[in-house]
Amino acid sequence: MVEYLIFSVLNTLVLGMLLFMLSSGLTLIFSMMGVLNFAHASFYMLGAYFGYQITTVAGFWSALIISPLLVGILGAAVERYGLRTVHKYGHVAELLFTLGLFFIIEEGVNLIWGRNAMPNFIPASLDFPLFTLFNSEFSAFRAFMLLISVAIFIGLYLVLTRTRIGLIIQAALTHPEGVNALGHNVPAVFMMVFGGGSALAGLAGVIGGIFLITEPSMALTLGPIVFVVIVVGGMGSLTGAFVASLLLAGLQTFAVGLEYSLVDLLGIIGVTVNADGILRDIWRIQLSHIGPILPYLFMVLMLMFRPKGLLGKREN
Amino acid sequence: MKYLIRHLGIWAVAIALCAILPVIFSSDYAISLLSQMGIAIIFSLSYNMILGQGGMLSFGHAVYFGIGGFLAMHGINLIAGGTLPIPLELAPLIGGLGGLIVGILFGWLSTERSGTTFALISLGIGELIAASALLLPGFFGGEEGVSTDRMVENTITPFDFGQQIEVYYLIACWMLLCIVLMYLQTKTPLGRVANAVRDNPERAAFIGYNTRMVRTIQFALASFFSGIAGGLFAINYEIITAEMIGAIPSANVLMMTYIGGIGHFFGPIIGAVLVTFMQLTLSGFTHAWQLYFGLLFVSMILWAPTGLAGIIMNHEPAWKAGLMKKLIPSYTRATLAALVMFLGIMTLIEINYHLSLSIHPKDPMSLFGISFKAQSPAGWIIAIALIAVGFFFFKRGKNEVKNSWMDVHQAIKTGGK
Amino acid sequence: MSALALKLRNVRKNFGSSSIINGLNLDVIKGERQAIIGPNGAGKSTLFNLISGFYQVSGGTIEMNGHNITNLATFRINRSGLSRSFQVTNIFPQMTVFENIRCGLLWSMGYKYSFWHLCNQVRHLNEKAEEILERIRMTQRRDLPAGLLAYAEQRALEIGITIAGDAEVILLDEPTAGMSMSETERAVELIRDVTENKTLLVVEHDMSVVFDLADRISVLVYGEIIATDLPEKIRQNQEVQEAYLGKETL
Repeated sequence: MVEYLIFSVLNTLVLGMLLFMLSSGLTLIFSMMGVLNFAHASFYMLGAYFGYQITTVAGFWSALIISPLLVGILGAAVERYGLRTVHKYGHVAELLFTLGLFFIIEEGVNLIWGRNAMPNFIPASLDFPLFTLFNSEFSAFRAFMLLISVAIFIGLYLVLTRTRIGLIIQAALTHPEGVNALGHNVPAVFMMVFGGGSALAGLAGVIGGIFLITEPSMALTLGPIVFVVIVVGGMGSLTGAFVASLLLAGLQTFAVGLEYSLVDLLGIIGVTVNADGILRDIWRIQLSHIGPILPYLFMVLMLMFRPKGLLGKREN
Repeated sequence: MKYLIRHLGIWAVAIALCAILPVIFSSDYAISLLSQMGIAIIFSLSYNMILGQGGMLSFGHAVYFGIGGFLAMHGINLIAGGTLPIPLELAPLIGGLGGLIVGILFGWLSTERSGTTFALISLGIGELIAASALLLPGFFGGEEGVSTDRMVENTITPFDFGQQIEVYYLIACWMLLCIVLMYLQTKTPLGRVANAVRDNPERAAFIGYNTRMVRTIQFALASFFSGIAGGLFAINYEIITAEMIGAIPSANVLMMTYIGGIGHFFGPIIGAVLVTFMQLTLSGFTHAWQLYFGLLFVSMILWAPTGLAGIIMNHEPAWKAGLMKKLIPSYTRATLAALVMFLGIMTLIEINYHLSLSIHPKDPMSLFGISFKAQSPAGWIIAIALIAVGFFFFKRGKNEVKNSWMDVHQAIKTGGK
Repeated sequence: MSALALKLRNVRKNFGSSSIINGLNLDVIKGERQAIIGPNGAGKSTLFNLISGFYQVSGGTIEMNGHNITNLATFRINRSGLSRSFQVTNIFPQMTVFENIRCGLLWSMGYKYSFWHLCNQVRHLNEKAEEILERIRMTQRRDLPAGLLAYAEQRALEIGITIAGDAEVILLDEPTAGMSMSETERAVELIRDVTENKTLLVVEHDMSVVFDLADRISVLVYGEIIATDLPEKIRQNQEVQEAYLGKETL
């Protein structure tokens, strides 16, 4: 049990920090520009594929740097030449534009790399167990992921609190109109935030592609979860996104290990039910199977009863 | 009723068209295509009740389509077993009622706010239902889905639905009925007020309306029609899987409706026909059809946000003034240039697909009847040249179109005085 | 004392720590036309938003015709017989002028959420809408999208929507703001006409309009009503002059 707990906590941290790398960019984009960017997870996927491709040519460490840069530039270009054009038609058009982009990127990946998963492996330099605890190994790569995520977290924090652009971004999070009025070059800031957010997603892709899987459906798998994170965390709140990332990662990690059904649970408190009849499916659902639906349930309830999110500063 | 009689002309044409089309295009393939178009038209129009009329951007409309489909499927099985004493022709109604009930529930839960909050709730509900579909195999049939045999005893028509053409006529009847009802709905107090709530919810509250209630009823009615489409899907395919509830069909109906144009009633009809046609024909020719579809969608958003219906309606004044002939030359040139550019893009895409996806990339591929090796540089050079030439002329063509538009506009203005 | 259409007692409103309305009392008698004047920032629009349920009060009660309407949803307040216009023109810009008016009629004529009537087929609905168009003198503009109307016409249309539901109590928020002299004159005439036999509460900056239209005037300063009286008495009231009107205004 102790082993299960310790490793679940560690895995929660690894997955949670990965989610945070994705959601931090998205929440900045969403709260500053009002664009619910459906293509954000697509940039994550591009990061993974670029990472894989660069690794085969120049090795993992180059990929770790070049891939996010490429994705960031691509993101900035999308903002400059796509979103800015659509902006005048309103938020719905912007949102649909990113949805279209999602489809195009997914198909583009199919086009170049094919439909099968890529053999994206842990680099040899990190492929060893860092420590062994109760017969289970914790790999160096996971530790490395954790390290990078924490470094990004600190870096982001410093940029947002210590630099001029960071302060403008912070102001724009709570008072988007005000920043405009102050005469800052808002389009340029938007482009930078969009590019930066995409680069973070790209970085998450490089390591996430190895940690999870690199395949054309990876954006569709992770995309909705990242939405859940920013909704639960709250508009414009990076701390919220951080907390929500860990929360959701925990939810998924822990639920997987719990093989109980509703009948079992009721049994514990002394209630026996007839697990047949029309509701038998419901009685027999195992907690571990509920894992995938919990995030969405969480999101829907949050939107209905506390649309600000856990730590959000304002409603949309 | 009076209304129907006054506008009988257009409905008569629609009925005649539905009756004649399968006679002209009588291949099995064409009839199955027409059947799918009919279903897509209902689905897409119902989606526009929410998006176009009510201003609610939903990412989960397939939930109601899917639940309607599953309910109808179970319904048909009950009809076949003799437990449910209704004729097969009315099975879509089971789907519709199912959609309505679920629509009332989820509609009420999600419509307190519109805008992004609504969009996210609809996305969440969609994912929630899609994810729980696998948890409830009794209703959703697990991975295999639920299947049925539509050839049941109990029918009111002489059809036994053994042939696709019979199914087509059933779909056509339901489609015409649904189109008429949805069209009339736009003219009712609720339909008008849904527009009011979309444009100005604040004001709508001060003419006595509970905006949430307006949205909910509008949403529920749309879910009703969506459920009917799902029921027809059940009859048409005789199988439905949990995939039909998910994010992909939801995004699909959204794109279809948007491409057709959300600002006019007939827009979604155009969108449904075009997109269904594209999906079925293109997917037979090329693996890349989804990419073309995505490119079309994004181009529409960038350059024609009012959709095809919007483009058509923009030309109404010019048409009435008899000035269309002034526009046609510049349109033709721009379209030709765009086609050349597209041809180049398409060649590139197809070459790449051949390289990455075909089993034997070394084998020669064929495109437009020309056979060549994907590895040879000739294909690439030609493709890139086509794109460059096309782009050059398209830019020029765009300016020409702009100028001829301004001319025509000027002519209409001065002619009017 | 005559029956009260509106009775506000000790109404308060804070936004965060700043208090906009401080224990305000106001009586509006049935059938009168009362104007509220006061310097900028006195809380006039906030007061309207409180009465109409647009904002929630922080304390106090609001009664209409003896019924407590404090903090009810806006549509409920509207249904119980109060209608308002907005400071910034608030119409349905994409609909035609005629449809704007007809929408304003639907609820009060009992068509509510109906999806089984066709608007065009309901004769008395359309006749009533035409009648209101006639009253606000916009029959000529009937089929124009409301968004394309000139500013003064949009204001008139908004008054049309406001009165369409046949509410007993009508709140108009700066109905003549931004209008030329002649437009203002016409607007005042229109307001007087359409509020015949109704209760009117109006916020207005233009003193000639106020003294022309109002039976009684209330003065709102720093979130409190400091005086309510007949126009000539208000003109002479020392306190009012000091607080707000200033010597040069009169």
